[in-house]
Amino acid sequence: MAYEMNFTPVFARTPELISGTIDTIVLSGQSIVIGLTIGLAVSILRVDGPKWAAAASAGYVEAFRNTPLLVQLFLLFFGLPYIGIRLSADHAAILAISLNLGAYSAEIFRAGLLAIPKTQIEAGLALGLSRLQVMRYVVIIPALRVIYPALTGQLTLTLLGTSIASAISATELTLAGAKIESQTFRSLETFLVLAAIYISITFAFRLLYWIVGLWLFRRSVPKTGSAVATLSLPREAET
Amino acid sequence: MIQSFGWQSVQFLFHGLIWTVGLSVCTFVCGGIFGLIFALARALGPRWLQLIVAGYIQLVQATPLLILIFLAFYGLSFAGFYFPPLAAAAISLSIYATAFLADIWRGCIEAIPRTQWEAADALALSRIQRLRYVILPQAFRIALGPTVGFMVQIVKNTSVTALIGFVELTRAGQLLNNMTFQPFHVFLTVAAFYFAVCYPLSWWSEKLKERKSAGPAH
Repeated sequence: MAYEMNFTPVFARTPELISGTIDTIVLSGQSIVIGLTIGLAVSILRVDGPKWAAAASAGYVEAFRNTPLLVQLFLLFFGLPYIGIRLSADHAAILAISLNLGAYSAEIFRAGLLAIPKTQIEAGLALGLSRLQVMRYVVIIPALRVIYPALTGQLTLTLLGTSIASAISATELTLAGAKIESQTFRSLETFLVLAAIYISITFAFRLLYWIVGLWLFRRSVPKTGSAVATLSLPREAET
Repeated sequence: MIQSFGWQSVQFLFHGLIWTVGLSVCTFVCGGIFGLIFALARALGPRWLQLIVAGYIQLVQATPLLILIFLAFYGLSFAGFYFPPLAAAAISLSIYATAFLADIWRGCIEAIPRTQWEAADALALSRIQRLRYVILPQAFRIALGPTVGFMVQIVKNTSVTALIGFVELTRAGQLLNNMTFQPFHVFLTVAAFYFAVCYPLSWWSEKLKERKSAGPAH
């Protein structure tokens, strides 16, 4: 028996899908901001901090990178009340996803910090740049440029990971979809629509990262070796 | 009946761990076979095939794994195919792993300098021989670190199949939590089990990546 697709009952629930989409974007946005802040702090501690802080940071990073997000969600949502801390589903979701992203982005930021040689900083200071200018033009922007693809890739995974938060009934798109599915019995259609929405959100976020990247690195030299070659050629000709 | 968390519970979770490892291996083998085919098609195939594979990779990588699993489990069963949770889990995880492994391996194949192809061609090797004896062995060396790293992701991602009722480690944890009402103990133990599997893999992956960057440039 051939199955006839019928999207009408799903599209009838468009308002719920829209509010679910907004919830997912808000949840992702909040988690990304908090997670990147955690990641940056942890990476600086791990590279520059005292020994105990570096060890603690490494422990945090390894613990969160080597366990599933779903288990982290369960531990924070079901486990914490057991020791007296009660979080709402939405707060537990933000906390778990932020901590998860924090661990991954800490590793990425660390790679960026280690990618800038000390001599570059000394060279910048020797050219008479202020400490703030060196921080901005010599350390942060070039380091960010090295890690940008890895970082935005991780942010995409974080965005998609928010769907798992439906398991603890945090309000977001997958939960909204699961509700529609259980009331309309149009499973295939519902999840196809959800997939389409997630794909659209992901592509929209990727476009945003691309535009931010263009703006951030507008003054940088091209990444290829050509710029270096043209800069060094005349000097070689002189000698 | 409420039982308390004890040695029996740990044994119960260990049984779940076996299913987690089994599903991971199954996913890695299926995803690996299709991933290799897709990577070769993406890197070396005719233009139209490259576009199709690139589209597949882009779409799967932009869809949450949970939605893929729901599509395979609920979606297709309503459309007339019934997959038991194990099959739905294995199929959707393989689709997911194929997209990521194909992307990783394509990068590794494309990282081999063009001159290697030309040198192999100059030695009168056929196209298959060039691939088999010159390109793939070198690409394999680059790919080893990221591939082991992705194994960690596979092991962790099998946890999502708990949400369609496949009894692996996380689902075993949920069931045990319903029996013992000691979520903190249960999920901490579950996390420790995952860590015991994933940490050695992560460590190995880092070692492989270091060795690659320290090795001679070719």
